[in-house]
Amino acid sequence: MAGVQVFNRTTGDRFSCEEGQSVLKAMEHSGLRCVPVGCRGGGCGFCKVTVLNGEFQCGKMSKVHVSPECRKRGEVLACRVYPLTDLTIECRPQGAADSTTEQQQK
Amino acid sequence: MRKGVMRPGHVQIRVLDLDEALKHYKDLLGLIETDRDEQGRVYLKAWTEVDKFSVVLREAEEPGMDVMAFKVVDEAALLQLEQDLVAYGLQVEKIPAGELKDCGRRIRFSTPSGHDFELFADKLYTGKWGVTEVNPEAWPRGLQGMKAVRFDHCLLYGPELAATYDIFVNVLGFHLAEQVLDPEGTRIAQFLTVSMKEHDIAFIHHDEPGKFHHASFFLETWEDVLRAADLITMTDTSIDIGPTRHGLTHGKTIYFFDPSGNRNEVFCGGDYTYPDHKPVTWQAEQLGKAIFYHDRQLNERFLTVLT
Repeated sequence: MAGVQVFNRTTGDRFSCEEGQSVLKAMEHSGLRCVPVGCRGGGCGFCKVTVLNGEFQCGKMSKVHVSPECRKRGEVLACRVYPLTDLTIECRPQGAADSTTEQQQK
Repeated sequence: MRKGVMRPGHVQIRVLDLDEALKHYKDLLGLIETDRDEQGRVYLKAWTEVDKFSVVLREAEEPGMDVMAFKVVDEAALLQLEQDLVAYGLQVEKIPAGELKDCGRRIRFSTPSGHDFELFADKLYTGKWGVTEVNPEAWPRGLQGMKAVRFDHCLLYGPELAATYDIFVNVLGFHLAEQVLDPEGTRIAQFLTVSMKEHDIAFIHHDEPGKFHHASFFLETWEDVLRAADLITMTDTSIDIGPTRHGLTHGKTIYFFDPSGNRNEVFCGGDYTYPDHKPVTWQAEQLGKAIFYHDRQLNERFLTVLT
């Protein structure tokens, strides 16, 4: 498999993703920063995206950030999304943290 | 004033996948597995530690920290601290000996920051790993990865820092080694210690309670920190930042993540403190330099990426 294409509808960026590679890792390998990068381990919720189109598998993710309902709506963590087909994703605007971990501290 | 709390004893960390976590904590950090229990928890220690375990991993659906425990000098101190915590108005849960294998009875309480802490007096003394008690060699052969020397401290994020300070300082006998003050004089970071280390536990203000920023492990030298960085690359481990130096504590550091997104630190150096030392103060306006001394600016992850 030569890899699938991921299209970030929020930013207009496109990048290819190899088999077995997570969406977030593929994005980082492409030199893009169109999805916020956090822990890369399914724990912090920073890289939450909504998958609008396409098939994918998921690795383990924190229940706090991805409830079963979220998962059904395609709201998942890019670091734990492994595409099976081309994907179209949407992400929160840059700089926004997960609503549950958001803070303004300066 | 000291109240008999001696040092960090252990931290229990939740992980999404135990096997992946063990590979990380054993093969990369260099901790040694010492036991498992019927709940599926795995017990680990760093090689210089004399008690049986300092890190407990528990598989769960949400990563983060279950509890951090401190060892107190003896049962009398534990009884007194239990009374003092109750008198202060905290709910204290008694956990019987053996609930964690080879650990004596523990008392557990929550702080207004939203974190759980425990005190205990007894844990099985197994001695330093791989070296003899008499005429010991400098270090044992057969250590893995970063060869972590000891579990050193945790940094936790949560609200109510002043109320949490009150418990740690006035009930448990910690002293304030370092702090960050905002322009109004409100403490937004507090580094607390019962030793000469700049922190045995640290808190940074955060609106959401109970968050875990990192568990930190001590290394001896800057060369060891660089070697840790090499190993992070070799194992394609998720890196956060570093190697660099902190302004706070002046420790030399690298941050990275375990496979469940819990942040770890390995560090060396750092300043020392005695109870007669005034706290080192950083101004919030200089927070970037306080956290990352070389970059002099925070990355967004430091304040927001938590488990």
